[in-house]
Amino acid sequence: MNLRYVSIKLLRAIFTLWLVVSFVFIVLRITGDPTEQLLPDDVGEEIREYYRILWGLDRPVWEQYLLYFKAAFQGDFGVSFRNSQPALDLIWQRVPKTVELGTATFVTALVFGIPLGVMAAIWRDSWIDRLTMSFAVFGFSMPNFFLGILLILLFAMNLRMLPSSGYGTWEHMVMPVFTLATAFAGAIARFTRSAMLDVLSKDYIRTAEAEGASMSRRVWLHAFPNAAVPVVTIVGFSLGGMIGGAVVTENVFAWPGVGRLLTSSVADRDLAIVQGIVVLVAITMVTANFLVDLAYGWLDPRIRLGSGGQSR
Amino acid sequence: MNGTSHEPAPILRVQGLAKRFPMPRERLFGPRPMLTAVADVSFDLTAGETLAVVGESGCGKSTVGNLVLNLLAPSAGAIAFEGEDLSHANAARWRARRRDLQLIFQDSRGALDPRLTIDRQVAEGLDIHRIGAPSDRLEKARQMLDSVGLGGHLMGRYPHELSGGQQQRAVIARALVLEPKLVVCDEPVAALDVSVQAQVVNLLQDLQRTYGLTYLFISHDLSVVRHVADRVAVMYLGRFVEVASRDALFSQPAHPYSRALIGAVPAARSRHGRRVQPVALHGEPPSPLFPPQGCALNPRCPFATDQCRQERPDLRPLPGGGFVACHHVENLL
Repeated sequence: MNLRYVSIKLLRAIFTLWLVVSFVFIVLRITGDPTEQLLPDDVGEEIREYYRILWGLDRPVWEQYLLYFKAAFQGDFGVSFRNSQPALDLIWQRVPKTVELGTATFVTALVFGIPLGVMAAIWRDSWIDRLTMSFAVFGFSMPNFFLGILLILLFAMNLRMLPSSGYGTWEHMVMPVFTLATAFAGAIARFTRSAMLDVLSKDYIRTAEAEGASMSRRVWLHAFPNAAVPVVTIVGFSLGGMIGGAVVTENVFAWPGVGRLLTSSVADRDLAIVQGIVVLVAITMVTANFLVDLAYGWLDPRIRLGSGGQSR
Repeated sequence: MNGTSHEPAPILRVQGLAKRFPMPRERLFGPRPMLTAVADVSFDLTAGETLAVVGESGCGKSTVGNLVLNLLAPSAGAIAFEGEDLSHANAARWRARRRDLQLIFQDSRGALDPRLTIDRQVAEGLDIHRIGAPSDRLEKARQMLDSVGLGGHLMGRYPHELSGGQQQRAVIARALVLEPKLVVCDEPVAALDVSVQAQVVNLLQDLQRTYGLTYLFISHDLSVVRHVADRVAVMYLGRFVEVASRDALFSQPAHPYSRALIGAVPAARSRHGRRVQPVALHGEPPSPLFPPQGCALNPRCPFATDQCRQERPDLRPLPGGGFVACHHVENLL
C-alpha cells in the first residue's frame, strides 16, 4: 500500500468531515431559535436573552462557528441546553447501545446476505435464486418503521413471544436487529449476486474449471475474492443507510441509543447534542469509506500497484 | 503390441458430437426454440498431430473445443480419450482427467485471475492435482514459466503488469505445467499483435515437439492455421464440411465453402504457382436458429441444385484423401 494513496484518501476524508460539520452548524443556527422550544412560552424577553448569552447564541454565526471549532479541537462539544451536562458525555453514554445494535445487524446481514447472493449467482434462475431475490426486494422496499410495527404486532401482541420494546436481554434485540438487517442483507445479496455473475462468466473461471478445479475452489478462491470489490463498496455505503435506519428503528422499539437521543434533541432544538451526534455519524461514515478505500487496495492488486504495466 | 494395426490408435476419438442450446420462449407456453451450435461432428486425433478447426465466427468451432473438454455438456455424441469413453464420466472422473486435457484461451488477460501473481496461478494446477510436494510446486511452476520465456522478475508479477504476449505465455505455461497430452487452443493468438503472434505460434510448435503434444487448434486465421496445422477441418453452421490435410486443403480445397474461404486469403492464391479459384458466395451466413433445409450452404452456393436444397450431404471420403460434405464435389474439382 503506498503512502501517497493513503494520504490522499485521508485528506479527502478530513475535508468531507469539515464540510458536513460546517453545513449542519450553519443550517441549525439559521433555522430557528432554541429558546422558543426549550423555555416556557410565558417567560420574558430578558430571560430569553440571558439564555442566549449563556449558550453563546447572541454572537454572530461566524463567531459561534469559530468558537465551536476551537472548543471542539480541545474535546469540548458544548453542553446540553436541557440539563447543562457536557454533550459529549450524554452522547457517549448512548453509543455502546447503538454499537451493539449496529454490530449485531451488520453481522446478521453479512452472514445471510453474502452466502445467499453467492448461491443465487451459482444457481442462477433456479428456485433458490428467485427466492433470494424476492426476499431481497422485499427487504429493500419495506420501510423500517412499517416492518418494525408489523413485527411488534405479530410477535409481541399476538404471539407474545418477544418483548415489544426496551433494552436488556437478547430477546430485546431480535426484532430491532431483524428490522434493520433485512434491508441491509437484501442489498448485500443483490450486489453479491450481480458481482458474482459477472466474475463467474470470466475466462479465468473456465480456465480453472478446465484445470480440474472443483466448484468450491472456483467460487471461493477465484470468483468471490474478485467479486468482493463491489460488495465491499455497497457494504460501506449501506452503513449510512443503516445509521439512518437505526434512528427510526431505535424509536420504534424504544432502544435507548444515539438515534433516540437524536430525535428528542432535534425536537427540543438541543443544538449541542444534535451537532455532536452529527459529527459522530460523519466520523463513522468517513471512517467507513476510508476503510473501504483501503480494502480496495488490499483486494485488487491493480489498484494497489497502480494501473501501470501494459494495459490495453 | 498387437501388431495388426498399422494406424496408431487415436488419442482422441469424437463421434457424432452435437450441442443444442435452448433459447428463450418466443411466446408464453410456446415451445423453446433450440439453437443447434454443433451437429454431427466426428474426428480422430492422432498423438502428436495438430488438427485445426477453421470457420467464421459463430460457426460453432469454439463450442467444439468446449465440448471436447466437457466445459459444456454435449447434447449427443461420444468422446473417447486414450480409449476411455468419457461421455458418461461423472464430474469427479472428469476433474481427474483434466490433467491430460488442457485449454489455451484467446483472451489471455481474461484467462488469468487478476488477483494472483502468475507463478502462483501456474502452480495452481499442481495444487489441484496434488502433483509433487507442496513446497516444490512453486519451483516447478517457475521452471515452466522459464521455458515459455517468462524468466526472472516477470514470474512474480500480476497479470496486469505483463504485455499481451507475456500474458499469453503465462496462459500457455499454466496449461502445460500439468504435462497434458491434448491441448485445445481456442484462437490462441487472435488477440495479439502480428509480430507477437509469430513468437507465440513458434513457442506452441516448440512445445509440441518437446512434450509430444496433440493440438486441437481453433482459429479463423488461415495464415496461422497454414503454419501450424497437419490437418484442417472446415466448419460451417455447426458442421464439418471438409476435413483434409493442410497441403491438400490449401492447394486444392474441394468444398465450395472451403474454396470461398481459402480463395479469400491473398497468400493462398500464389503458393505452389497454383491459384485457388475463389468461389463467390452470396449474402451472409444464415442464423443457426433457422438453418436452411438440405445443405446448409445452399442459399449462398453458386453450384446449388434442387438436390442441395432437399438432402443434407454427408461427410464422405474423397478418392484423393480427405472428407467432403457436398453432393457435387466430383464435378467441381
